[in-house]
Amino acid sequence: MSKVMVVTSGKGGVGKTPSSAALGAALAQTGQNVVIVDFDVGLRNLDLVMGAERRVVYDLVNVVQGDAKLAQALIRDKRVDTLSLLPASQTRDKDALTEEGVKKVIDELREKFDWVICDSPAGIEKGAMLAMRYADLAVVVTNPEVSSVRDSDRIIGMLDSKTVRAENGEKFEKHLLLTRYSPARAARGEMLKVEDVLEILAIPLLGIVPESEEVLNASNVGCPVTLHNPVSAPARAYMEAARRLLGEKLDIATPTAERQGFIGRLFGRKAIA
Amino acid sequence: MALVVVPELPLAAWFEALDEQLHRAAGFFADRPVVANLSTVQEDETTDLAALLDALEERGMKLVAVEGTDAARLSGTRWERLTNLRQRLEDTRETVAGRVLAIPDDPPEPEPVSAPNSLLIDRPVRSGQSIIFEDGDVTVIGPVASGAEVIAGGSIHIYGTLRGRVIAGLKSGAEARIFCSKLSAEMVCIDGVYDTAEQWSETFNGRAVQIQLDQGGLKFSTLD
Ligand SMILES: Nc1ncnc2c1ncn2[C@@H]1O[C@H](COP(=O)(O)OP(=O)(O)OP(=O)(O)O)[C@@H](O)[C@H]1O
Ligand SMILES: [Mg+2]
Repeated sequence: MSKVMVVTSGKGGVGKTPSSAALGAALAQTGQNVVIVDFDVGLRNLDLVMGAERRVVYDLVNVVQGDAKLAQALIRDKRVDTLSLLPASQTRDKDALTEEGVKKVIDELREKFDWVICDSPAGIEKGAMLAMRYADLAVVVTNPEVSSVRDSDRIIGMLDSKTVRAENGEKFEKHLLLTRYSPARAARGEMLKVEDVLEILAIPLLGIVPESEEVLNASNVGCPVTLHNPVSAPARAYMEAARRLLGEKLDIATPTAERQGFIGRLFGRKAIA
Repeated sequence: MALVVVPELPLAAWFEALDEQLHRAAGFFADRPVVANLSTVQEDETTDLAALLDALEERGMKLVAVEGTDAARLSGTRWERLTNLRQRLEDTRETVAGRVLAIPDDPPEPEPVSAPNSLLIDRPVRSGQSIIFEDGDVTVIGPVASGAEVIAGGSIHIYGTLRGRVIAGLKSGAEARIFCSKLSAEMVCIDGVYDTAEQWSETFNGRAVQIQLDQGGLKFSTLD
């Protein structure tokens, strides 16, 4: 049974694209057949984060409009052969997508893959609506700050009303992925606490990804962080999140600020346990 | 199953009784074939049988046949083609004599169910959503998010954290109240009188609170 999973947030720049790449790669590393679809038509990013920008020939818009076959547009990852990418178009805008066209592509992808991951654009307009429209479940990416939380709340309301599943009265699974969590800032009270975010959003927690330069480093070299530095704290958080998506029950530890003792100061920072 | 109607003299009285029954059982003849038995009226030479059949048809009856009369009495009228049943068929037809028709009354009109005067929302009210219910009270089981609003004709009950705005008393006016199990609202309003968060004492925030109108102003009191 294939699953269509939208990665969404409402607010921009919270880490949807690196999260789509990392979760997609982590799922693919377990042997699942995964495709990540870039729905950010006009602002395509995923190809860069995946290091596939030089291999894009056809894109989602070409397939939706019938100018290319799906097989022509799919890019197989060079590192994990169960991972593929369907890039967005950089030269078009979201109006190039139609509901029927997207449905057709998603239906076709469902037949080929176990997981269809839709990297949503920010906002609540057409692009974001189409990215969630045919999804079975959602990962809501949220940063621990008030505006991100409120926008996520808004998106959750839309997932519960504007998706095909919701319209059919079916249950729509939603998971919270808290990203860019900084234990040090949380300890200083500069960020919302995990409990606060959970209390406000009232959806189950999928994982907590700590703020880490590893994420940016990985994006810069065009590699999902789970492949680029698998032992780093964010990579481990994403890999655990992927296992939870596959049904494993794993406790979620809130990253804590390391006490820099004497030894710690000597040897520098260690990955957070 | 065909129904047999047997008009009786004097016709005016018979029709009056029929109309009264039809009034109470309007759907009785709908889509049921009707046979007119004219045996009791046909002796009277002055009775216009065609007009009689017209009058039955006007009352919504679907005439399929006549019986108990001479074909000649209807020739030259629009009814002459109607099947004339010569002999009485002892079949499944119901013969209705004596009383005009033994037809059951329509079941009494059900009492109009009054519109529900409360609305229950059994899920969180998310940012950007607005719940508007002018006919009565609204109860929410779950939080009301920042940027969400609940508007009610009557009172508002929030079993959860109230972070958004609530507007009560659209219809009931000053009687309406607002209840929440944890106050963290952006704005509260009863009957047009509103307060924003900075206008009430900080001490109410985070607590179970009741809000009501008192001498033209909003009065907050804790419930916990
Ligand atoms: N865990 C993290 N630690 C540090 N930086 C992060 C983390 N997650 C994401 N970032 C950084 O945050 C920035 C925003 O990410 P990005 O723009 O890809 O998010 P997005 O939600 O996909 O944005 P958009 O809404 O524009 O699609 C990037 O520079 C990314 O490297
Ligand atoms: Mg993005």
